[in-house]
Amino acid sequence: MIEPLLSVRNMTKRFGGLVAVNNVSFAINRGEVVGLLGDNGAGKSTLIKCISGVHHADEGEIFFDGKPVRFSHPIDARRHGVETIYQDLALANNLDVGANIFLGREVKKNHFGGVIKTLDERHMLRESRQTLDFLQIHFPTLTEPIESLSGGQRQAVAIARAVYWDAKLMIMDEPTNNLGVPEQRKVLDLIRRLRERGVPVILITHILPDAFAVADRLIVMHRGRKVAEKATAGTNTEELIRYMVGASDDMSEDGALSATRETPSPQ
Amino acid sequence: MQRFVLFASRIWAWLFLTLMMLFFVVAVPLASGGAVNFLTIRNSQNILVAIIPVLLLGLGQTFVIIGAGIDLSVGWVMSLASVLSALALRFAFNGGLPLFPSVLIGLIAGVGAAAVVGSVNGAIIAKLKVPAFIVTLGTSFIVRGIAYLMSENTTVIGLPADIRAYGNDALIYYIRGEDGGLYFLKRPDVSGDLLRRMDIILPYPVIVTACIVACAMFLLHKTQFGRHTYAIGGGMEAAVRTGIPVDRHTIKLYILSASTAGVAGFLSTLRFTAGSAVIGDPLLLSSIAAVIIGGVSLFGGAGTVIGTVIGALIIAILTTGLVMLNVEAFWQFIVVGTVVIVAVLIDQSRDLITGRQRRNAAT
Repeated sequence: MIEPLLSVRNMTKRFGGLVAVNNVSFAINRGEVVGLLGDNGAGKSTLIKCISGVHHADEGEIFFDGKPVRFSHPIDARRHGVETIYQDLALANNLDVGANIFLGREVKKNHFGGVIKTLDERHMLRESRQTLDFLQIHFPTLTEPIESLSGGQRQAVAIARAVYWDAKLMIMDEPTNNLGVPEQRKVLDLIRRLRERGVPVILITHILPDAFAVADRLIVMHRGRKVAEKATAGTNTEELIRYMVGASDDMSEDGALSATRETPSPQ
Repeated sequence: MQRFVLFASRIWAWLFLTLMMLFFVVAVPLASGGAVNFLTIRNSQNILVAIIPVLLLGLGQTFVIIGAGIDLSVGWVMSLASVLSALALRFAFNGGLPLFPSVLIGLIAGVGAAAVVGSVNGAIIAKLKVPAFIVTLGTSFIVRGIAYLMSENTTVIGLPADIRAYGNDALIYYIRGEDGGLYFLKRPDVSGDLLRRMDIILPYPVIVTACIVACAMFLLHKTQFGRHTYAIGGGMEAAVRTGIPVDRHTIKLYILSASTAGVAGFLSTLRFTAGSAVIGDPLLLSSIAAVIIGGVSLFGGAGTVIGTVIGALIIAILTTGLVMLNVEAFWQFIVVGTVVIVAVLIDQSRDLITGRQRRNAAT
């Protein structure tokens, strides 16, 4: 059996009396897209932030690439190859594509034996172009500020940046929000291409058609608990909605007792 | 049409500068009946000397504003640097040091004190998250008080007379007409008619300022420091999340801004052979005006060094030209104010146009 790339075991995160993530376990294999579904306040984002180093889980373990890890900071997670793309994309809209792909990790040229360092624009532009080609992303120009790009194109810049910096696992938080329909389709295509190139993706969404369009496997959360894990091929919309609203629960017997039921859910 | 407007809005400052100069070149001789010319060596050098302090204050401010901050303390920081460099220079010289080391000590005292103020500004803004406007307003009052206290509310005089050469001598001297000629580096010892015919070309402070401009261009447009400045101004969240050391960078920006103000204060001490606590404050708003006219966005993330140079030139040429046209001095303020507002309007109209294009692309 192939070892999963990421495996989360019995993770719990509390905020005061609220159990935002309650004893959740799951695994991500190489080259698969996993949809993380759930209504607002189900605990998806908290779970993801515990993985990417923004929050620290109170209980549970994370194994990445077979080794136990504990990311103290998002930059720490990124150094290990866990790239999270939030809805605001963390792009500088006043800079061009190349500058954004290398933002915070600029490549420099040495002059006079390293006394003076300048930006190696040519190198960064070339590398950016290669990465975009690799992902079959086409922009009219790479040297204009990206504020002139559409929402989907900017999403693509953020993805290309993660790929260039050798993302081993990509976590995407509602990537199709605020996009027009053709743009949504392009982003979903890009997720498929990431899978083809061996980069697994955790896709956080509450849009079921998106999940069905690209995910191999679906994990449903409700009030902090994982309530279902299904192969996409073996489920349907009605069934998933029953899980999402809490009408069905596959996991109630496996030790994750209904403690969360008594705590108020966040508004 | 849209593209034309976009293009014109990008280069309007250059256009305005050119048209304004053309206007004065034609209007000044006409108004004076041919007695006065605008396009002379002397006038050009006067303008270059006049823009030095405004430009130096504006250069540091350019970095700060591109990084989405503001530094209201630079005017009084310049005053403080002028006073302190004068005191230190006088102290060193009277203590028996030769002239050049004394001048160096003056430079270190002035710019060093300025840098300390800048690091205090930066630390409070970056670490304690107090808005830059408030912090630098507060420190400008504090620095003002210190400058007055140090100078004992009077001009610091009694400096060695020879430092006049550092602040006023030039690379080239040119005496027109008979018995004239070119002199380099050393001021020719002439008087009377010859002195009247002498042009002073490229005074040392102008050369120093030009070097600082070149360094600023390099720093902003070619280095990681500049790239991070734009990134922080373009979006603080993105900068933090991509691992840019935002706090440290912010502190450096305010140190830079205060330091260029310190250099301005030091140069003014050399120029007037005296330290003054009132020299800098009137220049603060002119320097911000130069930065804005030069196209730096007050919201951060956009602007260039050359833009600020053009902004400072526009203000200086406008002022000089209006004086030569015998326009009442107060009109300068009215014209400069109008140009500032028009500059911002042009920038906004550009945003409007590009914003419309973005929406079109998204649908």
